Amino acid sequence: MNQDTVPLLELRGISKTFPGVKALDDVSFSVYPGEVHMLIGENGAGKSSLMKVLCGAYTADAGQFYSKGEPVDIRSPADARKFGIAVIFQEFSLVPYLDIAQNIFLGREFRGSIPGIIDHARMHSEARKILDLLGLELSTRTLVHELGVAQQQMVEIAKALSQHARILVMDEPTAALSDRETERLFAMIRQLQAEGVAIIYISHRMAEVFAMGDRITVLRDGKKVGSKLPGEATPDELVRMMVGRNVDMTYARSFGTSEGEMILEVKNLHAVNGIKGISLNVRRGEIVGLSGLVGAGRTEVARAIFGADKVTAGEIRLFGKLHQGAPDKAVRAGIALIPESRKAEGLALIRTVCDNLMLPGLGKAFPNRLYKASKARKIARELIDRLRISTPSSFRAVQVLSGGNQQKVVIGKWLSSDSKFFIVDEPTRGIDVGAKAEIFALIDELVRQGVGVLMISSELSEIVHVCDRAYVMRDGRIAGHLAREELSEENILRMGMHHE
Amino acid sequence: MSFALSKPGRFIGALTADLKTIAYRLAAAMVICVILTFASDAFLTTNNLLNVLRQASLLFLLASGLTLVILTAGLDLSVGANIGLSACIAASVMKLSGSALLGAASGVGVGMCIGVANGLLVALMRMPPFIATYGMLWVVHGITFWYMAGTTIYGFPSAFRALGSGYFLGVPIPVYLMFVFLTLGAFFAQRTTYGQEIYAIGANRESARLSGVPIARRLILVYTVSGAMAGLASLVFLARMNSAEGDIGEAFTLPAIAAVLIGGTSLFGGVGTVSGTLVGALILTLVLNGMNLLTLDASWQPLVTGVIVILAVFLDTLTRKRAEARK
Repeated sequence: MNQDTVPLLELRGISKTFPGVKALDDVSFSVYPGEVHMLIGENGAGKSSLMKVLCGAYTADAGQFYSKGEPVDIRSPADARKFGIAVIFQEFSLVPYLDIAQNIFLGREFRGSIPGIIDHARMHSEARKILDLLGLELSTRTLVHELGVAQQQMVEIAKALSQHARILVMDEPTAALSDRETERLFAMIRQLQAEGVAIIYISHRMAEVFAMGDRITVLRDGKKVGSKLPGEATPDELVRMMVGRNVDMTYARSFGTSEGEMILEVKNLHAVNGIKGISLNVRRGEIVGLSGLVGAGRTEVARAIFGADKVTAGEIRLFGKLHQGAPDKAVRAGIALIPESRKAEGLALIRTVCDNLMLPGLGKAFPNRLYKASKARKIARELIDRLRISTPSSFRAVQVLSGGNQQKVVIGKWLSSDSKFFIVDEPTRGIDVGAKAEIFALIDELVRQGVGVLMISSELSEIVHVCDRAYVMRDGRIAGHLAREELSEENILRMGMHHE
Repeated sequence: MSFALSKPGRFIGALTADLKTIAYRLAAAMVICVILTFASDAFLTTNNLLNVLRQASLLFLLASGLTLVILTAGLDLSVGANIGLSACIAASVMKLSGSALLGAASGVGVGMCIGVANGLLVALMRMPPFIATYGMLWVVHGITFWYMAGTTIYGFPSAFRALGSGYFLGVPIPVYLMFVFLTLGAFFAQRTTYGQEIYAIGANRESARLSGVPIARRLILVYTVSGAMAGLASLVFLARMNSAEGDIGEAFTLPAIAAVLIGGTSLFGGVGTVSGTLVGALILTLVLNGMNLLTLDASWQPLVTGVIVILAVFLDTLTRKRAEARK
């Protein structure tokens, strides 16, 4: 690594604001040829925003880019490509039913001598050269959907290199890889490094941060906390740098002291969605956190308990009774799910507030199956008043409400069905601070009335401030349990990240 | 919060999105009637109007079940083929047993079975409705052709024939059937929790599933109803034609879908009404009737149908967009 040369890319004072959130605040950052620059931070620290600014998906509000010392503008993906920046996202952008060569040159196919004809021979020979460079022995005619995740990642890298990328941005590249595949990826990264490619590497795994990083930069709340050389930092030190966000929570609840009746007990649960050996319990009057980094399997646990994804082993007990089955059974058993994605899973946006509020409770309100609009409206109006949902009327389509009010509808619909156990998945995503406090007040009220709540949140501070205790997940398993007095962002991160 | 009640204008404006859609369509139907009254002396006669209603009734019977399917964001392309097989089996059973009731029951039964098969394919095998029912269309046609082997069954008891060509108090029997099933359909869609769940499935299937709606059972139900309604429509048609052949029913599928779309039901699901479908069937029938009266060449009918469908859906998109812009 030549620290004395000019950085391949340098960012100075980059800021990016979204309504209500400062995603990036005066971030400066540089990467040198042949360097692996690790970028770490907890969920929402600004890593993804920074990456999107780098690849031109977002335009920075303030700040300046320098390419090899020259000031430049990056305002579009095309600009980013021009300066040799390529991003490999966690979700690949490959077309499954095209072959490797076609994917590498997608949209940039070589033209033959006849207009409109693609020069396949040249495309395959060029693709071969790149694959050879990366030491991949696959045929360029292999269809991408036949490849494993690791190989698809290699194809993504090949695609980036074919665009003469000098700066590769990788977002948790090892998240879906086996140990052996990870080794191969690391070998490839070292090779690229030797050729002078700069790599910006976002990671949640402490071990690889130290194994691969030449430099480590920590982000928190959109700000750069500091940069360290691996030799001068310890994992604990990095974790401390990552936590400590300034919490602005006007809300605090009185934590339960007495042990309530057991509501949910999950033992050794395995499911097709990848969770393994999950055991946890929730008592009456408790908010139990389910924490961990994005992708650790928290939502998957919720979906398995609710029956939305198939359970393969283990047992779920609700009030001591064995429970299994599809969501309709779960709802009848008194389980409520407030899903992660309000719009895709929580609401029928084109239907009215009343229709949405009533849906899970139709059976309760109309046991003889005869629907009375007047009664539905009355129940809906009560819920609208009780939850202080701001809507001109109960007949308005839910899509016209604000995010916070939509979220209240998602919670409110379970009040019409008399649910006893609530799974809330990211209840405050995309809503403003005031509405957040209201949502928590609502959850608190439910708990005081004797329900049990399992709460998933990516905001560690929410878990710390709201939950009676929390489980921390990692790689589809429960990594540990934290009692109220042990609950801190540092402890959650320490359990949720990979380091021994 | 609920200040809606204090403002009657807003109350009505919000409550009646569906009613408004129907009112626009009724108005369009009235305009067509007025134009036709002036254009042709033969239009505004009791005979002709009853004829229009009778033709619309067959279309509506078929389209009403289909409406429920489309409300779930599904589609049933097999309804025409269903009419063919149901009519032929009903005819054949009636001939063999001599019982009109047994024949009618078997016609509806066959229709229902085809519907159940569609429902199972869509709900349990998770096939896209378009593909499942398109495949079913060919399968059912195939069975009908094999079963009939080019023969024709004709001549049915007069009690049965009354179903298609009889009158009660001067009004054709099928018209009564139309209003009975309009009432049943509207009641089912608006006044039962099943109906509510069907709208919810069409509006957002995943949110309905996660709200505890048993998706598979509801889907099987709507496809079964659609099949049974096709079976019933086949009886009316059979009774009117007094003969059954392998290829009857082929011409019904696309007009039935047209009636549903003209009636304001969205192919994306979650929006629409059975009553709208009735008006849709009326509009389509009125226009075709008018073309007949004005002795326009029948070969123009498909083109006109197409224009009406596109126009109706276009106006819907336009008004919905404007409504959203206002919000």
